[in-house]
Amino acid sequence: MFFAHLRDAVGEESVTLELSGKTVGDAKELLSKQYRLNLDTAMAAVNEEFAGNEDVLKDGDVLAFIPPVSGG
Amino acid sequence: MNFEISKTPIDTQSVIDKVVQREAGAITTFIGTVRELTAGKKTLYLIYEAYESMAVKKLEQIGQEIKDRWPGTKVAITHRVGKLDITDIAVVIAVSTPHRADAYEANRYAIERIKEIVPIWKKEHWEDGEKWIGNQLETVSYPTGKPEESDLGE
Repeated sequence: MFFAHLRDAVGEESVTLELSGKTVGDAKELLSKQYRLNLDTAMAAVNEEFAGNEDVLKDGDVLAFIPPVSGG
Repeated sequence: MNFEISKTPIDTQSVIDKVVQREAGAITTFIGTVRELTAGKKTLYLIYEAYESMAVKKLEQIGQEIKDRWPGTKVAITHRVGKLDITDIAVVIAVSTPHRADAYEANRYAIERIKEIVPIWKKEHWEDGEKWIGNQLETVSYPTGKPEESDLGE
């Protein structure tokens, strides 16, 4: 899932990819290239909880990229 | 439902009502509003967007952190999403505690945490453009992919 400026850049709120067994870091690298995104400034969340680059994805996981937040 | 994302204007009193308790000696209410001028630039309106399901979870987490730090506290937070005009209410935080000092401190803690970990973004619209705030300056980076302990204010 993409939000804020990342969604604008990708042109989609979400995409479905086969990433089972890959890490969050792998996914970042792949999507950065595919959509020419800078994901260095984004946090990642897997199934609505913050995740690290080393976390491994499994089938059915929802991976979201969270740009620096600006609520409040 | 003490922690909510709202697509419609927030009724401040209804947020306050959620934290009323017989043990409380104080209720503090923080009302965050849309400011017209930021660094001299005039905002016409804002769009707030949330990753709603995760945002509610993170608001609940903040509520739990507050209860752990300040026992006997009740917390309610509602954050607005959608288009907001100048002076509109973006967020209401109500905190009740047995003693007043804790009510102020815990409420301050809540708004600072919202700005760190709750997935909500605002897009400022000006006469000559628009921008998602909190991103393109790239002043914040997460090299490990998630907030560090220090980013989380613990």
